[in-house]
Amino acid sequence: MDKYEKISMVVNGKAYSLEVDIRESLLEVLRNRLHLTGVKQGCSVGECGACTVLIDGFPVNSCIYLAVWADGRKITTIEGVSKEGELSKVQQAFVDEGAVQCGFCTPGLVLTATALTESGRKYSDEEIKREISGHLCRCTGYNKIFNAVKRALDVDC
Amino acid sequence: MFDIVNIEKPGTLEAALEMLSRNPELKIIAGGTDVLIKMRNGALEEAELLSLRNIPGMDEIRILDNGTISIGAMAAFAKIARSSIINENLPVLSEAAVSVGGPQIRNMATIGGNICNGAVSADSAATLLAYNAELKLLSRSGSRTVPVSEFYAGPGKVNLLPAEILTDILIPEAGYGRTSGCYIKYSGRKAMDIAMLGVSVVCKTEGGKFSDVRIALGVAAPVPIRCSEAEAYAIGKEISDKTMKETGRYAVKASRARDSWRASKAYREHLIEVLVFRALKEAVIRGGGVDIG
Repeated sequence: MDKYEKISMVVNGKAYSLEVDIRESLLEVLRNRLHLTGVKQGCSVGECGACTVLIDGFPVNSCIYLAVWADGRKITTIEGVSKEGELSKVQQAFVDEGAVQCGFCTPGLVLTATALTESGRKYSDEEIKREISGHLCRCTGYNKIFNAVKRALDVDC
Repeated sequence: MFDIVNIEKPGTLEAALEMLSRNPELKIIAGGTDVLIKMRNGALEEAELLSLRNIPGMDEIRILDNGTISIGAMAAFAKIARSSIINENLPVLSEAAVSVGGPQIRNMATIGGNICNGAVSADSAATLLAYNAELKLLSRSGSRTVPVSEFYAGPGKVNLLPAEILTDILIPEAGYGRTSGCYIKYSGRKAMDIAMLGVSVVCKTEGGKFSDVRIALGVAAPVPIRCSEAEAYAIGKEISDKTMKETGRYAVKASRARDSWRASKAYREHLIEVLVFRALKEAVIRGGGVDIG
């Protein structure tokens, strides 16, 4: 007995109206229906942060967020971060600091860092570490990622 | 895909209570960070869900006329940690809120869900116990207010009737006024981890003595507990390292720690003794720096 519900949401500035299965996570709808494969599926239980998207500006794990909850919300995925082919400040900072290795954790981290830059707040080193702590990188250490976020926030490294 | 058969998303509390009374099989879902993970693990199958997300105002945090602080059950931990009402009046709860999961989890997970799922490791539970918080439970037949200390019934079990919804967490002024406190979450990692032990201390001092001490522990027994022996010992005593260390030793008496893969019983008891002392000392310092010898 499949059950579908109609939802409307704005993804990366574009309005969508679609029928979603009530069993689907937002991650599944973004990847499988809208083909936004920059949203990565990692642990599926909200621990690794690879599936992070911004919902109304706040980082959320899309793997444990029901698609039906997205009705009326604004979603930003990594595909919506660059503008007119130009990398965003956060993306450029990740490039400049060499903060990308395999790249699987990068979309989520860039989105969390984007939320931090858009908050207009200042962050101490400890606060930056706390704010990116919901992302696991299995390639390497976190120093370059930390430096990239700092650079994006205009904190002297 | 989650094993969901049906999901109701009422827009009012009245409608939610009506649905719940008609169908007691409905499983309430708030932030989803526990319920959905249970489903992923196969611990909850063919779920009929009642989502409270579309009910406006259920996440409000306010101070009532009588000084009681009311926290809507749907308030996410990120909102609690940012709230000036919480930071000014219940700083220990703000400390506990920031220790939950990671930032994305804190944007989703709610305080009501944290309490209602009955987890002994719930970061908010020990602190709500220490602040003498009360829970407002609503059903179609009326509402009742239960002290959080009477809400926990066993591991993963709470005294929430099938037709009831937790709407607000109430902290009367007598529970938080003129207090200082400290929450220590002890875990293997600083973030994205579950507490090996959680210690929450709230105290009042007067003339170099403890006039009130409330100590609560998470993961020290099947449910979050208060340490009545330790509290009774400390109240009226001179504030000193000796008093506080002894209080830590008394705190072990209330515990029923057990061996688990996270930590052994012996290690947990050691943690209780040491961390109660540290939390108490920090609470005193935050309370205005009485000279501790």
